[in-house]
Amino acid sequence: MNSQSLVVSGISAGYGEADVLDGLDLEIAPGRITAIVGANACGKSTLLRAMSRLISPRRGSVLLDGKSIHRLPSRQLAQTLGLLPQSSTAPEGITVADLVSRGRHPHQGMFTRWSREDDAAVSRALVATRIEALAERPVDELSGGQRQRVWIAMALAQETDILLLDEPTTFLDVSHQIEVLDLLTDLNHERGTTIAMVLHDLNLAARYADRLVTLHRGKIHASGSPEEVLTRENVRHVFDIDSRIILDPASGRPMMTPIGRHRIARAETDNP
Amino acid sequence: MTIVQSTFDAVVANRRRRKVKRAAMLATLAAIVIALFALTLSLGQSYTPPHQVIGVLLGEDIPGAAFTVGQLRLPRALLCVLAGLCFGLGGVAFQVMLRNPLASPDIIGISFGASAAAVFAIVILSLDGPAVSLIAVFSGLGVALTVYGLASRNGVAGARLILVGIAVSAMLESFVAYVLSQAPAWSLQEAMRWLTGSVNGARIDLVAPLLLALVIFGGLLLARGRDLEALRLGDEMAAGLGVSFERTRMTIMVAAVGLIACATAITGPISFVAFLSGPIAARLFGNGGSLLIPAALVGAVLVLAADYCGQFLLPSRFPVGVVTGALGAPYLLFLIIRANRNGGSL
Repeated sequence: MNSQSLVVSGISAGYGEADVLDGLDLEIAPGRITAIVGANACGKSTLLRAMSRLISPRRGSVLLDGKSIHRLPSRQLAQTLGLLPQSSTAPEGITVADLVSRGRHPHQGMFTRWSREDDAAVSRALVATRIEALAERPVDELSGGQRQRVWIAMALAQETDILLLDEPTTFLDVSHQIEVLDLLTDLNHERGTTIAMVLHDLNLAARYADRLVTLHRGKIHASGSPEEVLTRENVRHVFDIDSRIILDPASGRPMMTPIGRHRIARAETDNP
Repeated sequence: MTIVQSTFDAVVANRRRRKVKRAAMLATLAAIVIALFALTLSLGQSYTPPHQVIGVLLGEDIPGAAFTVGQLRLPRALLCVLAGLCFGLGGVAFQVMLRNPLASPDIIGISFGASAAAVFAIVILSLDGPAVSLIAVFSGLGVALTVYGLASRNGVAGARLILVGIAVSAMLESFVAYVLSQAPAWSLQEAMRWLTGSVNGARIDLVAPLLLALVIFGGLLLARGRDLEALRLGDEMAAGLGVSFERTRMTIMVAAVGLIACATAITGPISFVAFLSGPIAARLFGNGGSLLIPAALVGAVLVLAADYCGQFLLPSRFPVGVVTGALGAPYLLFLIIRANRNGGSL
């Protein structure tokens, strides 16, 4: 279990004039899985971008083990903190093994050569994501789900204690969404990697996360265990919709089912 | 044997295989450069046997050969190689950095900026020699910074930079057309050289400055080669891998513009070499490794071969830029058609 702590302290950040994040505080629990959820444009992705130094906050700071990430050398930061952004491009025709190898970038300097340890890390990442059989295939020939596993493998090859992911399940069908989240859970259980991710699907977030964080208008609205956070009041506040919280029969975690204007059983409409 | 072990063995074996293949291809390309270089030295209007060529290179004073090889062909061949390396390197650096083959310096106005300024200096300011070259280099840099500045808004997006570059090119083009319309006949010839690219005026004293530019700017680029490779995965991914992309971009841009502008200042803008070298290298080498050195060698092959064709293999003599232009224009058309279908990438 690693003990690297990632703490966001009073940051305000945004693009252009407007602040998307407004004096936000958050502590990412070391060795746990944290899911960040919220309505569109609430600042989820901006928060992740600020935590990974893609944008500089106007005020406040992000501290890794007590040190501001904006003062750390970028290579040193990349050895501890990995990032899987939403948009990334694979050069045309590059093979899976080649792409995964690029995760070793921060572990190499201008004069350090590719080592056995680098090969070993790449192999472990390929096996962990179960894409070893695809190693020599060009990435652009793979399906969406396989491709996402390749990107995750690349982040694994980076071997960081903390991994930040921006909506790793977007554009995937349900079986691949589950596969990706299972994979991240394996990683968390086996290596103790701290995982913080922005997720769109509230129910998958509640199922897979140890800690759930809801964001509302650039501030943390609630954070804690899924049971504490996924309540009818919180859902109404954050997503502006009425809902029922039931027990997910598959996981025993809370599960939200929204209540709209149509297709609602009579009992629900009678009972506010 | 565990699955991790067998995967490890496969990963190592495949990486070695790729490394050997790449080395073999680089050696082949280098051999082609050397062969074309030798051809340029020995076979022109007349044939000079190899032992005489070597003799001249070693400093012997062989009547006839000393002049044709030493004074005419050697500077020409050296300039072809150096300009090719510079254009190839500078071009591919831009294309890879902006992840778009259309982002080459000759499409986004950098080469054109250098030659437009040179034409202005020759025709309007009546300058000549090194002064023109210096003006060309600084104008190339100036145009690059202008395009970069106009294109940056919340960071620089590749597509925006290309569009701004094309617009700036168009403006420079009409400016050149205006200047040429004012040109007295005696300066027209010299001005035209700056618009097509030619090594006809090759002199041995032009070699050293270009070599210096190649060593300085090319070295800077190669030192940043690893970070450039990371940038190919997207700016955010590169940042996640520990590359400070704003700084890397700036360094790469300065180095690439330096190469392009210096080469343009000496040979004129040899059209499309910067644009063609990267994609050809990518086709030959695949996108697994860095394309810098492959593209540089391809650039040298293109310029040497095109210059030889232009001199001896076509019905009348053409400057090298005309030949490369004829090669490059159809490819540009192809890219634009294809880019609209599935988005170009390098």
